[in-house]
Amino acid sequence: MTEPHDPRGNLVRPYAVTRGRTEPIRDIPIEAVLVASPAAVQESRFAGHDKYRIAVLCEPKAQSLAELAALTRLPLGVARVLVADMVADGLLSLHSAAPLKGYTERMDLLGRVLSGLRKL
Amino acid sequence: MDFASSERAGAPPSEITSAKIVIAGGFGVGKTTLVGAVSEIEPLTTEAVMTAAGAGIDDASKVPEKGTTTVAMDFGRITMAEDLILYLFGTPGQTRFWFMWDELIRGAVGAAVMVDTRRLTDAFAPLDYFENRHLPYLVAVNCFDGAPRYEPEEVREALAIPARVPLVMCDARHRESVKAVLISVVEHAMTTLVAEHEQGIVVA
Repeated sequence: MTEPHDPRGNLVRPYAVTRGRTEPIRDIPIEAVLVASPAAVQESRFAGHDKYRIAVLCEPKAQSLAELAALTRLPLGVARVLVADMVADGLLSLHSAAPLKGYTERMDLLGRVLSGLRKL
Repeated sequence: MDFASSERAGAPPSEITSAKIVIAGGFGVGKTTLVGAVSEIEPLTTEAVMTAAGAGIDDASKVPEKGTTTVAMDFGRITMAEDLILYLFGTPGQTRFWFMWDELIRGAVGAAVMVDTRRLTDAFAPLDYFENRHLPYLVAVNCFDGAPRYEPEEVREALAIPARVPLVMCDARHRESVKAVLISVVEHAMTTLVAEHEQGIVVA
Protein backbone atom coordinates (compact mmCIF):
# COMPACT_ATOMS: atom_id res chain seq x y z
CA MET A 1 0.00 0.00 0.00
CA THR A 2 1.41 3.37 -0.96
CA GLU A 3 1.21 6.46 1.20
CA PRO A 4 -1.36 8.87 -0.18
CA HIS A 5 1.00 11.73 -0.98
CA ASP A 6 -0.73 12.89 -4.08
CA PRO A 7 0.27 16.03 -5.97
CA ARG A 8 -2.82 16.09 -8.17
CA GLY A 9 -4.53 18.94 -6.37
CA ASN A 10 -8.30 18.64 -6.50
CA LEU A 11 -8.05 15.12 -7.78
CA VAL A 12 -6.82 13.97 -4.39
CA ARG A 13 -9.47 11.81 -2.83
CA PRO A 14 -11.13 13.71 -0.02
CA TYR A 15 -9.57 11.85 2.88
CA ALA A 16 -6.11 11.41 1.35
CA VAL A 17 -4.90 14.50 3.23
CA THR A 18 -5.93 12.87 6.48
CA ARG A 19 -4.29 9.60 5.40
CA GLY A 20 -7.63 7.91 5.18
CA ARG A 21 -8.87 8.85 8.64
CA THR A 22 -12.48 9.92 8.61
CA GLU A 23 -13.03 10.27 12.37
CA PRO A 24 -11.61 13.31 14.15
CA ILE A 25 -9.94 12.66 17.51
CA ARG A 26 -12.56 14.93 19.05
CA ASP A 27 -15.87 16.22 17.80
CA ILE A 28 -15.93 19.87 16.83
CA PRO A 29 -19.21 21.67 16.12
CA ILE A 30 -19.19 23.44 12.75
CA GLU A 31 -19.71 26.84 14.39
CA ALA A 32 -17.04 26.37 17.08
CA VAL A 33 -14.35 29.01 16.78
CA LEU A 34 -10.60 28.36 16.59
CA VAL A 35 -7.78 30.71 17.49
CA ALA A 36 -4.16 30.21 16.46
CA SER A 37 -1.59 29.87 19.24
CA PRO A 38 1.21 32.48 19.01
CA ALA A 39 3.61 30.06 17.33
CA ALA A 40 1.00 28.23 15.22
CA VAL A 41 2.03 29.57 11.82
CA GLN A 42 5.70 28.94 12.47
CA GLU A 43 5.18 25.47 13.91
CA SER A 44 2.71 24.27 11.30
CA ARG A 45 5.04 25.17 8.45
CA PHE A 46 6.16 21.57 8.21
CA ALA A 47 2.91 19.99 9.37
CA GLY A 48 1.54 19.79 5.86
CA HIS A 49 0.15 22.32 3.42
CA ASP A 50 -3.44 22.21 4.66
CA LYS A 51 -2.57 22.57 8.35
CA TYR A 52 -0.30 25.49 7.47
CA ARG A 53 -3.11 27.20 5.55
CA ILE A 54 -5.45 26.67 8.50
CA ALA A 55 -2.92 28.22 10.89
CA VAL A 56 -2.47 31.22 8.57
CA LEU A 57 -6.24 31.75 8.38
CA CYS A 58 -6.63 31.64 12.18
CA GLU A 59 -3.72 34.00 12.79
CA PRO A 60 -5.42 37.38 12.18
CA LYS A 61 -8.89 36.48 13.46
CA ALA A 62 -10.85 33.69 15.07
CA GLN A 63 -12.48 31.40 12.50
CA SER A 64 -15.12 28.72 12.83
CA LEU A 65 -14.60 25.20 11.56
CA ALA A 66 -17.13 26.02 8.81
CA GLU A 67 -15.10 29.04 7.69
CA LEU A 68 -11.86 27.08 7.69
CA ALA A 69 -13.42 24.35 5.54
CA ALA A 70 -14.90 26.90 3.14
CA LEU A 71 -11.77 29.05 2.84
CA THR A 72 -9.42 26.11 2.33
CA ARG A 73 -11.99 24.41 0.06
CA LEU A 74 -11.61 21.24 2.04
CA PRO A 75 -14.68 19.08 2.69
CA LEU A 76 -16.05 19.69 6.17
CA GLY A 77 -15.16 16.22 7.46
CA VAL A 78 -11.56 16.55 6.28
CA ALA A 79 -11.17 19.99 7.83
CA ARG A 80 -12.59 18.64 11.09
CA VAL A 81 -9.97 15.87 11.28
CA LEU A 82 -7.11 18.30 10.59
CA VAL A 83 -8.39 20.94 13.02
CA ALA A 84 -8.89 18.35 15.77
CA ASP A 85 -5.26 17.25 15.28
CA MET A 86 -4.08 20.85 15.46
CA VAL A 87 -6.03 21.41 18.68
CA ALA A 88 -4.43 18.27 20.16
CA ASP A 89 -0.99 19.54 19.09
CA GLY A 90 -1.57 22.93 20.74
CA LEU A 91 -1.48 24.83 17.44
CA LEU A 92 -5.10 25.99 17.75
CA SER A 93 -7.33 26.61 20.73
CA LEU A 94 -10.93 25.51 20.48
CA HIS A 95 -13.53 27.93 21.80
CA SER A 96 -16.93 26.92 22.98
CA ALA A 97 -20.05 26.80 20.92
CA ALA A 98 -23.27 27.91 22.61
CA PRO A 99 -24.04 26.21 25.94
CA LEU A 100 -26.55 23.39 25.56
CA LYS A 101 -27.40 23.12 29.22
CA GLY A 102 -28.25 25.39 32.10
CA TYR A 103 -31.21 27.75 32.05
CA THR A 104 -29.24 30.80 33.19
CA GLU A 105 -26.35 30.20 30.77
CA ARG A 106 -28.69 29.70 27.84
CA MET A 107 -30.83 32.74 28.72
CA ASP A 108 -27.71 34.88 29.04
CA LEU A 109 -26.52 33.86 25.61
CA LEU A 110 -29.94 34.44 24.01
CA GLY A 111 -30.05 37.87 25.64
CA ARG A 112 -26.64 38.77 24.28
CA VAL A 113 -27.50 37.56 20.78
CA LEU A 114 -30.77 39.50 20.90
CA SER A 115 -29.12 42.77 21.85
CA GLY A 116 -26.40 42.14 19.25
CA LEU A 117 -29.05 41.78 16.55
CA ARG A 118 -30.89 44.91 17.69
CA LYS A 119 -27.65 46.89 17.42
CA LEU A 120 -26.97 45.80 13.84
CA MET B 1 5.61 36.94 9.23
CA ASP B 2 8.02 35.95 11.99
CA PHE B 3 6.74 38.80 14.13
CA ALA B 4 3.10 38.32 13.27
CA SER B 5 2.10 37.35 16.77
CA SER B 6 3.52 40.51 18.32
CA GLU B 7 1.71 42.65 15.73
CA ARG B 8 -1.70 41.48 16.85
CA ALA B 9 -4.03 44.13 18.14
CA GLY B 10 -4.24 43.07 21.78
CA ALA B 11 -4.64 39.58 23.13
CA PRO B 12 -7.70 37.65 21.97
CA PRO B 13 -10.42 37.23 24.62
CA SER B 14 -9.95 34.15 26.73
CA GLU B 15 -13.19 32.54 25.56
CA ILE B 16 -15.10 33.25 22.36
CA THR B 17 -18.66 31.94 22.25
CA SER B 18 -20.27 31.21 18.93
CA ALA B 19 -23.98 30.76 18.37
CA LYS B 20 -25.87 29.78 15.26
CA ILE B 21 -29.27 30.24 13.74
CA VAL B 22 -30.40 27.82 11.05
CA ILE B 23 -32.16 29.06 7.92
CA ALA B 24 -34.16 26.24 6.36
CA GLY B 25 -36.45 25.92 3.38
CA GLY B 26 -36.75 24.41 -0.06
CA PHE B 27 -34.42 24.98 -3.00
CA GLY B 28 -34.44 28.58 -4.29
CA VAL B 29 -36.50 29.99 -1.44
CA GLY B 30 -33.94 32.73 -0.71
CA LYS B 31 -31.87 31.26 2.13
CA THR B 32 -28.53 32.54 0.82
CA THR B 33 -30.07 35.93 -0.04
CA LEU B 34 -31.33 36.23 3.54
CA VAL B 35 -27.94 35.24 5.00
CA GLY B 36 -26.15 37.69 2.68
CA ALA B 37 -28.42 40.58 3.73
CA VAL B 38 -26.97 40.67 7.25
CA SER B 39 -23.65 38.80 7.06
CA GLU B 40 -20.42 40.76 7.48
CA ILE B 41 -18.76 38.43 4.98
CA GLU B 42 -19.94 37.33 1.55
CA PRO B 43 -21.79 34.08 2.28
CA LEU B 44 -19.34 31.18 2.18
CA THR B 45 -20.05 27.66 1.09
CA THR B 46 -18.84 24.65 2.99
CA GLU B 47 -19.11 21.25 1.45
CA ALA B 48 -19.53 17.90 3.08
CA VAL B 49 -18.55 14.92 0.98
CA MET B 50 -20.67 11.87 1.50
CA THR B 51 -19.06 8.58 0.71
CA ALA B 52 -19.59 4.98 1.68
CA ALA B 53 -17.23 4.51 4.64
CA GLY B 54 -13.92 3.11 3.50
CA ALA B 55 -15.07 2.38 -0.02
CA GLY B 56 -12.40 2.98 -2.63
CA ILE B 57 -9.88 4.31 -0.11
CA ASP B 58 -7.14 2.01 -1.33
CA ASP B 59 -8.19 1.84 -4.95
CA ALA B 60 -6.09 4.42 -6.80
CA SER B 61 -7.66 3.55 -10.13
CA LYS B 62 -11.03 4.78 -9.02
CA VAL B 63 -12.31 8.09 -10.32
CA PRO B 64 -12.20 10.36 -7.23
CA GLU B 65 -15.75 11.69 -7.47
CA LYS B 66 -17.33 8.33 -8.10
CA GLY B 67 -19.61 7.15 -5.33
CA THR B 68 -19.50 10.46 -3.50
CA THR B 69 -22.12 13.17 -3.20
CA THR B 70 -21.37 16.72 -2.20
CA VAL B 71 -23.77 18.55 0.07
CA ALA B 72 -23.29 22.30 0.11
CA MET B 73 -24.27 24.66 2.93
CA ASP B 74 -24.06 28.44 2.68
CA PHE B 75 -23.39 30.45 5.77
CA GLY B 76 -22.64 33.96 7.01
CA ARG B 77 -21.12 35.57 10.08
CA ILE B 78 -22.00 38.45 12.38
CA THR B 79 -19.31 39.38 14.91
CA MET B 80 -21.38 40.83 17.76
CA ALA B 81 -18.59 41.41 20.25
CA GLU B 82 -14.96 40.46 20.69
CA ASP B 83 -16.15 37.32 22.44
CA LEU B 84 -19.44 36.59 20.63
CA ILE B 85 -20.00 35.52 17.02
CA LEU B 86 -23.32 34.59 15.46
CA TYR B 87 -23.32 32.28 12.43
CA LEU B 88 -26.25 31.86 10.08
CA PHE B 89 -26.37 28.50 8.34
CA GLY B 90 -28.54 27.71 5.36
CA THR B 91 -29.63 24.10 5.13
CA PRO B 92 -28.82 22.11 1.99
CA GLY B 93 -31.72 22.59 -0.42
CA GLN B 94 -32.22 18.93 -1.17
CA THR B 95 -34.37 17.40 1.52
CA ARG B 96 -32.80 13.97 1.13
CA PHE B 97 -29.83 15.18 3.14
CA TRP B 98 -31.66 15.15 6.47
CA PHE B 99 -28.63 13.78 8.28
CA MET B 100 -26.78 17.01 7.50
CA TRP B 101 -29.67 18.97 8.98
CA ASP B 102 -29.29 17.02 12.22
CA GLU B 103 -25.69 18.16 12.51
CA LEU B 104 -26.62 21.73 11.58
CA ILE B 105 -29.36 22.14 14.18
CA ARG B 106 -27.33 20.63 17.04
CA GLY B 107 -26.71 23.44 19.50
CA ALA B 108 -28.54 26.03 17.39
CA VAL B 109 -30.35 28.94 19.03
CA GLY B 110 -33.33 28.44 16.75
CA ALA B 111 -34.39 28.21 13.13
CA ALA B 112 -36.40 30.05 10.51
CA VAL B 113 -38.19 27.99 7.87
CA MET B 114 -38.52 30.10 4.75
CA VAL B 115 -41.60 29.80 2.57
CA ASP B 116 -42.17 30.93 -1.03
CA THR B 117 -45.88 31.46 -1.66
CA ARG B 118 -45.42 30.39 -5.29
CA ARG B 119 -44.28 26.96 -4.12
CA LEU B 120 -46.00 26.39 -0.82
CA THR B 121 -45.70 22.62 -1.02
CA ASP B 122 -41.88 22.88 -0.91
CA ALA B 123 -42.31 23.93 2.73
CA PHE B 124 -43.99 20.74 3.89
CA ALA B 125 -40.82 18.66 4.25
CA PRO B 126 -38.84 21.29 6.21
CA LEU B 127 -41.84 22.05 8.43
CA ASP B 128 -42.34 18.35 9.17
CA TYR B 129 -38.67 18.09 10.04
CA PHE B 130 -38.77 20.87 12.64
CA GLU B 131 -42.10 19.74 14.02
CA ASN B 132 -40.31 16.57 15.10
CA ARG B 133 -37.20 18.18 16.56
CA HIS B 134 -36.62 19.95 19.83
CA LEU B 135 -35.62 23.32 18.41
CA PRO B 136 -37.61 26.56 18.51
CA TYR B 137 -38.47 27.62 14.97
CA LEU B 138 -40.65 30.10 13.16
CA VAL B 139 -41.94 30.43 9.63
CA ALA B 140 -40.70 33.34 7.50
CA VAL B 141 -42.73 33.97 4.35
CA ASN B 142 -40.40 35.48 1.76
CA CYS B 143 -42.41 38.01 -0.21
CA PHE B 144 -41.03 37.68 -3.73
CA ASP B 145 -41.92 40.35 -6.28
CA GLY B 146 -44.89 39.18 -8.32
CA ALA B 147 -45.63 36.28 -5.99
CA PRO B 148 -49.22 35.88 -4.86
CA ARG B 149 -49.88 37.83 -1.67
CA TYR B 150 -51.62 36.02 1.11
CA GLU B 151 -52.57 37.05 4.57
CA PRO B 152 -50.36 35.42 7.21
CA GLU B 153 -53.34 33.45 8.49
CA GLU B 154 -54.01 32.07 5.01
CA VAL B 155 -50.44 30.77 4.81
CA ARG B 156 -50.71 29.33 8.32
CA GLU B 157 -53.87 27.48 7.42
CA ALA B 158 -52.57 26.25 4.05
CA LEU B 159 -49.43 24.80 5.67
CA ALA B 160 -51.18 23.66 8.88
CA ILE B 161 -48.70 25.57 11.03
CA PRO B 162 -49.50 25.19 14.75
CA ALA B 163 -50.57 28.33 16.62
CA ARG B 164 -47.51 28.19 18.90
CA VAL B 165 -45.17 28.63 15.90
CA PRO B 166 -44.70 32.33 15.00
CA LEU B 167 -45.19 33.34 11.38
CA VAL B 168 -43.60 36.48 9.97
CA MET B 169 -43.56 38.09 6.54
CA CYS B 170 -40.17 39.19 5.20
CA ASP B 171 -38.14 40.36 2.26
CA ALA B 172 -34.90 38.37 2.26
CA ARG B 173 -33.11 41.08 0.28
CA HIS B 174 -33.56 43.74 2.93
CA ARG B 175 -31.32 43.97 5.94
CA GLU B 176 -33.93 45.48 8.28
CA SER B 177 -36.47 42.84 7.31
CA VAL B 178 -33.97 40.03 7.88
CA LYS B 179 -32.91 41.56 11.20
CA ALA B 180 -36.56 41.47 12.27
CA VAL B 181 -36.79 37.77 11.33
CA LEU B 182 -33.67 36.91 13.34
CA ILE B 183 -34.85 38.95 16.33
CA SER B 184 -38.15 37.04 16.21
CA VAL B 185 -36.26 33.73 16.16
CA VAL B 186 -34.28 34.66 19.28
CA GLU B 187 -37.34 36.08 21.09
CA HIS B 188 -39.23 32.88 20.31
CA ALA B 189 -36.30 30.82 21.61
CA MET B 190 -36.35 32.84 24.84
CA THR B 191 -40.11 32.46 25.27
CA THR B 192 -39.81 28.71 24.68
CA LEU B 193 -36.96 28.36 27.14
CA VAL B 194 -38.81 30.33 29.83
CA ALA B 195 -41.96 28.23 29.32
CA GLU B 196 -39.98 24.98 29.58
CA HIS B 197 -38.20 26.25 32.65
CA GLU B 198 -41.49 27.11 34.35
CA GLN B 199 -42.90 23.71 33.51
CA GLY B 200 -39.82 22.14 35.02
CA ILE B 201 -38.68 20.55 31.78
CA VAL B 202 -34.96 19.97 31.90
CA VAL B 203 -33.39 19.71 28.49
CA ALA B 204 -30.77 17.01 28.41
